[in-house]
Amino acid sequence: MISHWSHENQQRAQQLLDAYPEKQSAAMPLLYLAAHEHGYVSDDAMREVAALTGLSSAQVQAVASFYTMYKRAPVGRYLVSVCTSISCYLRGADDVLAAIEDEAGVLDGETTPDGEISVEHVECSGACGGAPAVSVNWELIEGLGQDKARDLIKWLRDAKPAVVLGDEMQLLFGGRKSFDWGPPEKEGAIVALPAFAPYGTAKAEGE
Amino acid sequence: MSVDMTSKILLSRMESYPADSHTLERYLDTGGYAAFRTALEKMKPEDVVAEVKASNIRGRGGASFPTGVKWGFLPPDTRPRYLVINGDESEPGTFKDRMLLERDPHQLVEGIAISSYALDVTHAFVYIRGEYPKPARRLQRAIDEAYEAGFLGEDILGSGFDLDVTVHLGAGAYICGEETALLSSLEGRRGEPRIKPPFPAVEGLYAKPTIVNNVETISNIPWIVANGGAEYAAIGPETSSGTRVMSLSGHLKNPGDYEIVAGMTWRELIYDVGGGIRDDRELKAWVPGGASAPWFVPSEHLDTPVTIDDIANNGSMIGSGAVIVMDDSTNVVGAAHRLVRFFSHESCGQCTPCREGTTWLERILSRILDGYGRPEDIGLLLDVSDNISPGLAWPPAMTTICPLGPSATAPVVSIMRYFRDEVEAMIPGLSHAAASAANAESTEAAGD
Repeated sequence: MISHWSHENQQRAQQLLDAYPEKQSAAMPLLYLAAHEHGYVSDDAMREVAALTGLSSAQVQAVASFYTMYKRAPVGRYLVSVCTSISCYLRGADDVLAAIEDEAGVLDGETTPDGEISVEHVECSGACGGAPAVSVNWELIEGLGQDKARDLIKWLRDAKPAVVLGDEMQLLFGGRKSFDWGPPEKEGAIVALPAFAPYGTAKAEGE
Repeated sequence: MSVDMTSKILLSRMESYPADSHTLERYLDTGGYAAFRTALEKMKPEDVVAEVKASNIRGRGGASFPTGVKWGFLPPDTRPRYLVINGDESEPGTFKDRMLLERDPHQLVEGIAISSYALDVTHAFVYIRGEYPKPARRLQRAIDEAYEAGFLGEDILGSGFDLDVTVHLGAGAYICGEETALLSSLEGRRGEPRIKPPFPAVEGLYAKPTIVNNVETISNIPWIVANGGAEYAAIGPETSSGTRVMSLSGHLKNPGDYEIVAGMTWRELIYDVGGGIRDDRELKAWVPGGASAPWFVPSEHLDTPVTIDDIANNGSMIGSGAVIVMDDSTNVVGAAHRLVRFFSHESCGQCTPCREGTTWLERILSRILDGYGRPEDIGLLLDVSDNISPGLAWPPAMTTICPLGPSATAPVVSIMRYFRDEVEAMIPGLSHAAASAANAESTEAAGD
């Protein structure tokens, strides 16, 4: 059943199953791993997670459909998420979303035809002190105005970063932060998933 | 009372050593893990529990429940027990746990280690929202360092005490911050809240006794053990002891996370700590404790103290310590709509009053905002709110398993209480006379 997965991801799956006293607890991290393997949470992936955890595929589907970060259809290489909850709303998030939609040429919830950029609005990103906030593949940028938001989209198109680094984007496009971030990190996302081991994290070149 | 910036507990390391406050080296260099060592070598588990009880610390996640009392609910003989740290932090306006995880993760790891020793826990979990990969990476690195240094794992520091810590990422669901929903999620299920009782302390993760505590709450434990519970209790008012990290956002000059001692007034918090209103505009209203909290207004609340009890006595809550400030340019219907839209989106769907009610509230506010409001919408907003939260009282009467639904009524009731003229002015053809006739009944329901 797990033959669809790369050898490396099969090993990662086993690590995740071993991390919990009961293996069904690994369902959520395994869904992230499945998304890493296939680019999104496919029906096959949900069956695989079911086989690994002992849950039924219906149960896994129920889980996958409950959480907004499990994408059950392919998304762009860069998932641009604009926070539009209250604190960001008060500081102009709707204008930032409109600028990003305009620059990317797609509306909220859509992906560019070349598969590069998806745009979505999200509920509170926990960056309220640095509002308005935008994240790319869940790597955060705070204090991002309309103009810089347009620059961000252009940069993603032109520079096509292989690893998405929050600290790098903050330096290039961000403004006021919720708090002092401290020294920049060179670890970031390689796909539209939270960059957390064992799924979707990478060091930038030269590290 | 002036702003006392000297009593820093949680933020002192990150403010003194911004370049490396997150590393084990700096943590050890500043006295880190000494409290854990003391606990293991010189204290019995019940001595640690006694210090936490003596500190009077109350949970920083939202409910302000006394931590020591919660710990006391564990049945004495059932094993295993679990400790679960709630780092789901999704309450709009809140960004303090993100900072504590990123900037001082060892402080939390030591708090987990001490608490686990006190509670006879050998496997602890930290549930971090999926949108927080960087905080999760920082914490995981700290945990890895702690294993390597012998502060986690088997036979810690030769004491015979074993402890494993696992970081679990959420995947975008506010409701998982509710402790029973969090446990459902951690068990690999939909994040749906469970009916209480049984409380998690009796029947939690895998139906075993489980303590769920917030990141900030547990980050205080090393200081409490190092300095004594009485010392902690002596900071600030008796029932709001210690310091707490307030997340200030919205139309302030200096939004950010600030560690404060309870007792200053809102005027001091907003104007001195937060730097006042941007562009020196007028303050219109603020949310005192996260999106779920009823609003405060300057005419009534500016000189009331920022303590857990004073806020509760004024009809709201300190919640997660998130203060969202709105200036006089704010369209209150727009702000309320944005808050209600959040709850509507995040409703798990189990309970009809919440699932249907939040959707109704969102749609009604949306059409008022778009200029298509109907005269009867004023009454309808209050009627729907009353069906979710009967009597529109605070704290709310519950028709639902968890408080999410009632929370959605807080912004609606707030704008009706303080800014009803503005709401009515947005509804075409609604004269005040017609409105008061049409809504006489609903006004009674609102309890004004």
